Amino acid sequence: MNSTSTHFVPPRRVGIYEPLHQMGMWGDSFKSNITNGNMNTPSHIIIPNNQKLDNNLSEDTSHGTAGTPHMFDQEASTSRNPDKIQRRLEQNSEAARKSGLSKKAYVQQLETSRLKLIQLEQELDRARQQGFYVGNGIDTNPLGFSETMNPGIAAFEMEYGHWVEEQNRQICELRAVLHGHVNDIELRMLVENAMKHYFELFKMKSTAAKADVFFVMSGMWKTSAERFFIWIGGFRPSDLLKVLLPHFDVLTDQQILDVCSLRQSCQQAEDALTQGMEKLQHTLADCVAAGQLGEGSYIPQVNSAMERLEALVSFVNQADHLRHETLQQMYRILTMRQAARGLLALGEYFQRLRALSSSWATRHREPT
Amino acid sequence: MDKVMRLASEKGVVIFSKSSCCLSYAVQVLFQDLGVNPKIHEIDKDPECREIEKALMRLGCSKPVPAVFIGGKLVGSTNEVMSMHLSSSLVPLVKPYLC
Repeated sequence: MNSTSTHFVPPRRVGIYEPLHQMGMWGDSFKSNITNGNMNTPSHIIIPNNQKLDNNLSEDTSHGTAGTPHMFDQEASTSRNPDKIQRRLEQNSEAARKSGLSKKAYVQQLETSRLKLIQLEQELDRARQQGFYVGNGIDTNPLGFSETMNPGIAAFEMEYGHWVEEQNRQICELRAVLHGHVNDIELRMLVENAMKHYFELFKMKSTAAKADVFFVMSGMWKTSAERFFIWIGGFRPSDLLKVLLPHFDVLTDQQILDVCSLRQSCQQAEDALTQGMEKLQHTLADCVAAGQLGEGSYIPQVNSAMERLEALVSFVNQADHLRHETLQQMYRILTMRQAARGLLALGEYFQRLRALSSSWATRHREPT
Repeated sequence: MDKVMRLASEKGVVIFSKSSCCLSYAVQVLFQDLGVNPKIHEIDKDPECREIEKALMRLGCSKPVPAVFIGGKLVGSTNEVMSMHLSSSLVPLVKPYLC
């Protein structure tokens, strides 16, 4: 068996089998020797091997490579049995036919998979444009995000898609209105709608947090660049102020005082919540690590750990409350026109982050 | 409940919390940041924990902890404290009790 298979070794193993390669050459000379009737020295080495080859080759035709072995074979058989040749030829062509068929089926499979892949890529692009989270999380299916997640989250993602569309529409409206003339009533309506729109999002998040707090906490529904800035399930209230403040032209002295006061209190509240979160992380880590590690056992106080996780929902709600209050206070301090400009700036800032995420994603896919 | 009112007046700023409650801890940190040293009552370490909880809920708290009293009067929970702070009405309230 071994001597047979050595005829079929891949090129890189030829080195070991150099002598056999030379057997092929001897095969040629063997043939010529037969025709010439000249059995020279090499042939007495070949003949015993020939017998082995003869029998084994008939079983190995499916590996068939037309070449030396078969020629060898034919030469050996020709000298003995024409029927054997015929049988072997038939076996060879049958094997070729079989492998041809599976090759065709394989190619067909490849084509189908390729079409499916194109389809999925198109879906991905559409989803990304709409700002859906399509990522590589270990516990999320990047392509079947709606089907595999829980219904509360699936509902939230759909609602969020609509929220972003409405947000984009409101931003356009604000921009148009601020560049033209607008009466106070219309301006107030636009500003109040924009505020309400943010408050709507906080309500949606509160519901979603009950369905899957980790999903909300990590900002999984946001685009990647937005997620980079995440703080307890959303944007940092102090960031909001940092983005908005340069855009206000003239602030009265009172406004300047109020804004400074708001910045400070916002930062203090944020820091307090951050420290509370850190404490939560420490206590949860202690809880998980309690008892013997290394014994392959589960958390001894799993109920305690679960209680800690419940607290996460409160934190997400509290962070959103802080965002709500920050927006509310800005609205109180600014004039209607300033508030409109501020909301426009804020909206565009998030739009830019989303656009950045798309650019980054496409950049990654370009071949280098 | 008398005990609650008595405990609530022990110091200028009193926070009823539980040892496991990290939101209570956040509130405590906020007051400390403002220069106040609040008195913390961890009600889960108190034998009358259940009664205290009920009393706090009866006073109007949606959840028993954290419950913040300033000058013996109930201010509210985390929401109320945060709202007051952002609207600049918390600092004047704790001014008499700064360290």
